[in-house]
Amino acid sequence: MKLSEYKLERNAFGRVVAIGKDQIYESVIPVRAFPITAADEGVALVDGHGHEVAWIDNLVELQESERTLIEEELASREFMPEIKRIDKVSSFATPSTWQIQTNRGETSLILKGEEDIRRLSLATLLITDSHGIHFLIRDRLILDHHSNRLLDRFL
Amino acid sequence: MHSNTSDLLHLVPADFPSAWNRQIEPTLINHEQVIAWLETDLDHQLHFSPGLIVITTRRILARIAGDEHWQAWHYQPNMKLAYQDHAGICSIELSDTSARLARWYCTLSKQQAADQLIIHFIRLIDALDTQAALPAKGMAEQASSNQNTAGNDDSSEAAYAHHDQEATSTPPSTWTLFRLWRFARPYKWQLFTGFMLMLGSTAAALVPPYLTMPLMDNVLIPYQNGHPINVDLVIFYLSGLLGAAIVAWILGWARTYVLARISERIGADLRTTTYEHLLKLSQAYFGGKRTGDLMARIGAETDRINLFLSLNLLDFATDVLMIVLTVIILVSIDPWLALITLLPLPIIAWLIHLVRDRLRVGFEKTNRVWAEVNNVLADTLPGIRVVKAFAQEVREIERFRAVNQRNVEINDRVNKVWALFTPTVTLLTECGLLVVWIFGIWQVSQDHITVGVLTAFLAYIGRFYLRLDSMSRIVSATQKAAAGTKRIFDILDHVSSVPEPVKPVHLPAIKGHIELRNVGFRYGTRRVIQNFNFAIEPGEMIGLVGHSGSGKSTLINLICRFYDVTEGAILIDGIDIRSLPIADYRKHIGLVLQEPFLFFGTIAENIAYGKPDASRKEIITAARAAHAHEFILRLPYGYDSLVGERGQALSGGERQRISIARALLIDPHILILDEATSSVDTQTEQEIQGALDNLVSGRTTLAIAHRLSTLQEANRLIVLDHGKIVETGNHAELMACQGHYYHLYQSQSRSPDNEESSVEPGNLSDIRGNRV
Repeated sequence: MKLSEYKLERNAFGRVVAIGKDQIYESVIPVRAFPITAADEGVALVDGHGHEVAWIDNLVELQESERTLIEEELASREFMPEIKRIDKVSSFATPSTWQIQTNRGETSLILKGEEDIRRLSLATLLITDSHGIHFLIRDRLILDHHSNRLLDRFL
Repeated sequence: MHSNTSDLLHLVPADFPSAWNRQIEPTLINHEQVIAWLETDLDHQLHFSPGLIVITTRRILARIAGDEHWQAWHYQPNMKLAYQDHAGICSIELSDTSARLARWYCTLSKQQAADQLIIHFIRLIDALDTQAALPAKGMAEQASSNQNTAGNDDSSEAAYAHHDQEATSTPPSTWTLFRLWRFARPYKWQLFTGFMLMLGSTAAALVPPYLTMPLMDNVLIPYQNGHPINVDLVIFYLSGLLGAAIVAWILGWARTYVLARISERIGADLRTTTYEHLLKLSQAYFGGKRTGDLMARIGAETDRINLFLSLNLLDFATDVLMIVLTVIILVSIDPWLALITLLPLPIIAWLIHLVRDRLRVGFEKTNRVWAEVNNVLADTLPGIRVVKAFAQEVREIERFRAVNQRNVEINDRVNKVWALFTPTVTLLTECGLLVVWIFGIWQVSQDHITVGVLTAFLAYIGRFYLRLDSMSRIVSATQKAAAGTKRIFDILDHVSSVPEPVKPVHLPAIKGHIELRNVGFRYGTRRVIQNFNFAIEPGEMIGLVGHSGSGKSTLINLICRFYDVTEGAILIDGIDIRSLPIADYRKHIGLVLQEPFLFFGTIAENIAYGKPDASRKEIITAARAAHAHEFILRLPYGYDSLVGERGQALSGGERQRISIARALLIDPHILILDEATSSVDTQTEQEIQGALDNLVSGRTTLAIAHRLSTLQEANRLIVLDHGKIVETGNHAELMACQGHYYHLYQSQSRSPDNEESSVEPGNLSDIRGNRV
């Protein structure tokens, strides 16, 4: 089902409502199919039971207003800080506390073991901290020298 | 064979075993012709002894060891020759309608010939039954030509068998190491450069002791005798010393770097080649090997070889060069003193040789026991749930401790020999020095040599024996590396039992017509499948039904060509699958297994496993068709979620749907479902069934299912029992004839754990609800 068959609105409760020709879906949730490798490609609108209501091939195809709505909704649900800089690590043996700067501000994470650093592609790394929060390093090649040197000790 | 030059040649085919020729000829009467024969190798008490069973145009003749005469039976209608095998022994029984006439035994190595014998026998008896007047000669011709082709098959079989039995018990020879040349050849010029650098650096290192000679004789001794020290001369000699040291340092660095670089590459090539070869070996190889052992071979052994090449071998070569150069220098200075100096050398060489053999066996043992340690780990860790569930941690720890203890013991034994070795060499070195001192002082006192020469000799000898000592270390390293090399080449030398065709036939597109012709298969000594004949039309869905052990999975393995048939052939669109390139052929097959295996990686990667360049759109389409799309979207990272070992936990049904999507994506013409829904509950099965229906449509499908209800849509059901087809037909037909299938079905619908046992058997529309 294409999104064009629906009209998207935000209702009084702040939920997104999809209005079709003969059916209305209260509170649909946008879900990215490839949140890491291709964030804007493939977004599904699913209802409260997890059933797919509509499929969007690419967010850029949408009208401005709908895209903003979906992006707002996505932004409120997504939390995957991107690491921009590693300031300090407590030790090179795990568990190790890292002082980091992310696109969502400065924070620290506790790395339980080297195996929690996963290589998604050659340069993309996903780090899971002790609380299960995922930190993304989108491209380790563009990190600064200091961060890379610290990171390298764990790879 | 059929020339008319001699009557005798007519009677006995040319390839008849010559040892029996003289005995069979007088027995044949009235132009009786030999058609087929079987050389048995067991007597009636199952002791090894030669015997022969012969089928002629008239009779069946047999003479087993201990028989004084040939036994003969004339052909009669309804005579039977039956073949059976059990635990590696074949028995052949001859019987008529009333009784058994004879029984013979042979080992499985004769099985092929036995089959041929029976085929010819049946043909003869059939001919006897139907048209008694068939001209014997024509029949014989036909028979012997058949025998010919059978003979060819035999020889190729024998070649395989021989390869399998190749003895591997001899300790590896050091010569095995030379086989590594295959991997070194691409780097031969770099190796040459490295060798020249080595020569240079070694030569440079030998300059300093040489300079002690003039320093002593031209500077120090004259000073002691009252002459002033010649400062210019001192500076000249000392700068020579320094220069030589620096040159040796630079060359030594370049040499080590160049050679270590090469050995690293050789090691990497070796690893990759071994892995590549390993992955191309047939399923049968993996069935017989333990994962831990294979992992140790590819990981640790190649590393050890690498270390040997980059460190030990390099040192050894340097040592040898050093010794040769030292000998040359010593002899050039003073031949007599040189001779005395080199006296301990043969003794040390002999000692090295002595220890060598003991160490070699010892090190191979340590390798093996190390692999055993790995095996225990590889056995236990993947099965940790079972271990914990049965509370067997203590036992597993004990098992590990025992293996580890063995490891320690074997190493202790090796170390005992090894520990004695080095001190002995040192002792001999000291003795050698003593001899040189004694002889040197005497020579100086006789004014045969100067003090400088003696000093230079002592300086050289210090290095010389030091080298000899380090050279002796090469022994253990060489043995370890040789043992490792042998274990690597064990893999590399193993010929896949599913060989690539010599002249491959390329099939760009297939229709999906499968035909099994006289297919037989044996696993070890057990005959799993025999005399399979059936054809599957393109697009047809076939259900394979039978008890476990009836040969269903084996049949699937044969069609996938994980194993090769022992007899007969499997044809795809009329072409023998053995003549198709393996990878090409398997691309046409989609396989959904009972336990879907997900690799570590994202869901998208797992779905695209068979087609890595698939677009995201294709992946999503496949996932939708497999009813996997929605649950994937529910995961925190959608298609980018990591699964497999250490990844996102998925339920059995979810994993199965991912594997169905994987099969859907490659769009295969032949689809194989091996108990695809057996490990999930009824609810999940219904979801999977929906996905499967999408998958099956339009493809040639072979499905195995324990639950007969899942096969309701099959066009035909093939019922197997003990490796034979017992019934074929659709559900209704098979129910109607009340045979094997009927009983299987009845027992399932009556089983106590069936919630809906009220379903009337035989009613097709209700079968779906009838899940056990």
